[in-house]
Amino acid sequence: MNPTTSRSNGSRFDFTANLATQLVSLLLICLLALPTFAQPASRVYAIQGGKVFTLAGPPIENATVIIRDGKISAVGTHIEIPADAHVIDAKGLEIYPGLFDPVTQVGLTEVGQVVATVDVSELGDFNPELVAATAVNPASAHIAVTRASGITHVVAAPGAPGFELNGGGIVSGQASAFNLAGWTMEEMQIQPSVAMVINWPSIQTRTFDFASFSYKEKPYAEAKKEYDKSVNELSDWLARVRHYAQARQKGSPALYERDLKLEAMIPVVEGKLPVLVIAAEARDIRNSVEFCSKQNLKMILGDGSEAWKVKDLLKEKKIPVILGPSEQLPSQEDDPYDKPMSQPAELHAAGIPIAFSSFGTSFSRRLSQYAGTAVAYGLPHEEALKAVTVNAAQMLGLADRLGTIEPGKMANLIVTTGDPLEIRTQLRYLFVNGQLTSTSNRHRDLYEQYRKRPEPAR
Amino acid sequence: MSRALLIASFAFALVAPASVPAQTPNAVLIQNATILTVTQGTIEHGSILIRDGKVAAVGADVQVPAGITVIDATGQFIIPGIIDCHSHIAVDGSVNEGAPAVSSMANIADVLNPADVNIYRDLAGGVTTANILHGSANPIGGQTVVIKLRWGKQANQLPFEGALPGIKFALGENPKHSNFGPPAGTPARYPATRMGVEEVIRQAFTEAREYKKHWDDYNQRKAAGEHNQIPPRRDLRLEPLVEVLEGKRYVHAHCYRADEILMLLRVAKEFGFKVRTFQHVLEGYKVADEISTAGVGGSTFSDWWAYKMEAYDAIPYNAALMRERGVLVSINSDSAEEARHLNQEAAKTIKYGDLSPSDALKLVTINPAIQLGIDNRVGSIEVGKDADLAIYNHDPLSVYAVVQKTLIDGQVYFDRDRDLAARPGLEKEKQALLEKEKKAAEEEKKQEKSEKKQEKKKTSKPGNASNLASGAAR
Repeated sequence: MNPTTSRSNGSRFDFTANLATQLVSLLLICLLALPTFAQPASRVYAIQGGKVFTLAGPPIENATVIIRDGKISAVGTHIEIPADAHVIDAKGLEIYPGLFDPVTQVGLTEVGQVVATVDVSELGDFNPELVAATAVNPASAHIAVTRASGITHVVAAPGAPGFELNGGGIVSGQASAFNLAGWTMEEMQIQPSVAMVINWPSIQTRTFDFASFSYKEKPYAEAKKEYDKSVNELSDWLARVRHYAQARQKGSPALYERDLKLEAMIPVVEGKLPVLVIAAEARDIRNSVEFCSKQNLKMILGDGSEAWKVKDLLKEKKIPVILGPSEQLPSQEDDPYDKPMSQPAELHAAGIPIAFSSFGTSFSRRLSQYAGTAVAYGLPHEEALKAVTVNAAQMLGLADRLGTIEPGKMANLIVTTGDPLEIRTQLRYLFVNGQLTSTSNRHRDLYEQYRKRPEPAR
Repeated sequence: MSRALLIASFAFALVAPASVPAQTPNAVLIQNATILTVTQGTIEHGSILIRDGKVAAVGADVQVPAGITVIDATGQFIIPGIIDCHSHIAVDGSVNEGAPAVSSMANIADVLNPADVNIYRDLAGGVTTANILHGSANPIGGQTVVIKLRWGKQANQLPFEGALPGIKFALGENPKHSNFGPPAGTPARYPATRMGVEEVIRQAFTEAREYKKHWDDYNQRKAAGEHNQIPPRRDLRLEPLVEVLEGKRYVHAHCYRADEILMLLRVAKEFGFKVRTFQHVLEGYKVADEISTAGVGGSTFSDWWAYKMEAYDAIPYNAALMRERGVLVSINSDSAEEARHLNQEAAKTIKYGDLSPSDALKLVTINPAIQLGIDNRVGSIEVGKDADLAIYNHDPLSVYAVVQKTLIDGQVYFDRDRDLAARPGLEKEKQALLEKEKKAAEEEKKQEKSEKKQEKKKTSKPGNASNLASGAAR
C-alpha cells in the first residue's frame, strides 16, 4: 500500500561509485534488504545453450551470450566461457532483447484516481523545461510489476494522455528513458531527454464531460477557432526559440535574458531532439505533420489511431509512428471492426516504421499482447518483435545502446520459455543493465502471501 | 431530401449490410475442426451437426446427412460461444441512474439498443451471450438482463429466453462517489462511506421484508377466502428486492475490497438472500474461502490494477487463487473492447497461476454460464445445447487466434470473410452518401442565399417607397 516500501526496489546496485561508498552501501543493503539479494551481484554472466534472437540477424541456435560490465561482450556459437562468469543454463530457452515500452507514465503515477500519487500533467500550456525523470519514483510498485513481463526499459512521457489522465498542455515536457531496476534514478537513467512531448491541439467538437458523465457538443467553428489559437501560439513559441537561440549564439549575456523554457526548446528547433507529437484523428495527424514539416521539426507520431487514413502522407514525410494499444475500439463507428488490430500490418506494408506502446502504466505489461495481436492480423512476427524492442530505440536515438543483442550494447535482455509475444510464455531470467534482476513483485508477493492463508474456522 | 433524413439513412445504410446475416439453413454440418467442447474434452477432426439451432450431434464420426449444407473448418478450432458476465453494450444512453442510492426500479432491458455497433464488434470477438448491467453509481442499482448478441434483430429478440433476471449492487468507491462526484447540478448524495453503503442495503432490505410480509399476509387471507381486502400499495422499487428474497432474481455485486465482500455476505445472511456473483472482486483472493463457503461466484478481470485505490491490491493471480479455494470463477470484460479478446484474457491464468488450458477456457464459457444460470443451454458444446459457437483459425488461447465465424442458435451472425468482402462496397456507398450530403448542404446554402436576397428585395421596397414619400413631403 505504501509506495515507499522497499519491496519494490530494484534488486541490483551500481559498482561505479567509489570503493568506500560501495562498501558502506553494500553493508547497508545486506543489513536492510538481505532477502531481496538472493543472487550475488556478479559482473560477468554467460547465458549458455539457448536460442538467441539477436534481432540484428537470423536467430542463433545453441548460442552463448557473454555479459561483462553491464554490456554484451560476445554472442555466438563458439564462444569461450570466461572463468569468472556466472553461468546460466538456457537449454530449451529463448533469449531476446529486453522489451521496450516507449510511451508510458511508469513511475510518474501510482494509483490513477489518487491525485496525490500522480505527477504526469503540469499546469500551463508550454512546459518544455520539465523532465519526466525528475518525478519518477524508483520505489513505485509498477516498476517491478512491469519488468516481470519482460520489459527492461521504458520511456516516461509527461502529459501524454493515457488511461489514467487527461490534459497536460501543448508542450508538456521532455520524455525520459530509464531502466526498470535501480535504487535511484541516477542508477536507472538511460537518457533523461529522448523527445519533447507535444499534445497536438485537436479540433474537438465532442468532448467527454466527467461532471455530467456525458458527451458535450461544440460547433465546429468554435472548436476550430480554439485550435487555431493554440497552433498560432505554438508557432510564436518556436519563433521566439529561434530568436533566443540566435541571440545566445551571438551575444553576451547582457543581450538576452535567460529563459529556461526557450532554452529547453533549442535542441528541438535545431532538429537534435525529436518531437513526440500525440495525435489520434486523421485530421489532427495531417495538421501536425504539415506543421512539423513546415517548422523543420523531427517528428515522431504518437498514438496514431487513424494513421492508416493518412499513411501516404506519413510515408512521404518519413514519419515513424509509436502506436497506442492495438487492442482498442475503432475510432469511428463505421471503421472496419478490426482496424486497430490490422493497422500495424498496413502501416508496415506501406513502409512506415512502427513501434508499439501501452501509453499507460498499469497496462504497460500488455505490450507484448498488443504486438502479438497485430501479428494475428497480418504483421510479420519478426517485425512485431522489432516493434517492441529496436524500432522505438531507433526512433528515439537509443539504438546505439539498446534494442538488439550485439556486442557493445547495454545488456538488457530476457530469457524466456518461448515466443515473448505469446500470452502463456514465462520469463525465466531478466537482465537489466547487465545485472541479473529479480522478477518478484507486488503481485507475486501478494499471491504467495494469501496463498498461505490458513482456512478460516467456520 | 432534408439533411436530417439523409444523415439518418446514411447511418442506417452503414450498419445495414453487415447487420443482416444471410439466413443459415436449419441443418448445417461443421466438419474437420478441433472441437474444444469444454465439458467433454477435445475432439480432433471432429464435426458438429446443427439442427434447428441446437447441437444435434458432435464427435469424430458424425454421419453426414445427404444434401446437408457443410461448413468446412479444416485446421480451425471451435469453442462454445464466449459468455461475458459483465457488459454494458447494447445500452441506449447512460448506464447509470445515479440520483437515488437505490435505483432498483430502473431496468436495463427497457433501454436495449440493438443498433449499438459494439454488439457486432464483440460478436467478432467470439462473444455470443452477455450479462448487461447498469453502472456502479448505487449501492443497489438497476435490474439486469442477459442477452444473446443477435446482431440485426430487434431489441425484444435480444434477451436470453428464460434466463433469470438480475440486479446490480455496488460496493466501495463508486457508490460512495469517491472518484467522480455526483452529476453536475445535483447535490451530494448519501452514502459517502462504506458504512453508509452497508446501511443503504440493510435499510432497503428491511423495507423489502416488510413489504413482502404485507403481500404475503394479503395473499394468505385472500386464499383463505377473505374478500373485500384492500391490497397493499405496489412499490416498484421494492418489488425486485422481494424477488431477490424469494430467489427469483440474481444479485450481481460490484466490489473490490475484501472487507466489503464480507460485509455483503453478512447482510445477505441476515436477510436470507443469496449473492449470485461478486463482480470485479479484485481482492476476492484474500477472502476466497469465505466466498467459496457462501457459494457465491466470482467474476473478475484478468490483470487490471492500480486505476483506483481499491484496485491497488489487485493481482493477476486472483482468478487462479479464488478457483484453487473452490470459488466458481469467470473472467469478464466490463468493456466493449476487452470483450473482443476474452479468450486472451482467460489464457493469462495459465501464466498467472498455472491453470490448465481447459480450465482457463472454462473461465469464459461454462463458468459464466453457470453463474448466470443458463448452463443447461450454453457454455459447452453438447448435444441438445444451443448451437452458439466461435470458430478460430488457431488455438483460441493463443494471442494469434482470430475469430472466423460466430454462430448463435445455429445461425452465422459473424463471418470474417463476409465482413472483409463487404468492405469495398460499404466504402463506395459511404463516399456516395457523403457526396450526396455535401451537395445537399450546398443546395441548402444556395437556397438560403436566394431566399435572403428575395427577402432583402422585399424589405427594401417599402423603404424606397417611404424615402420617396418623405422626399415628396420635403
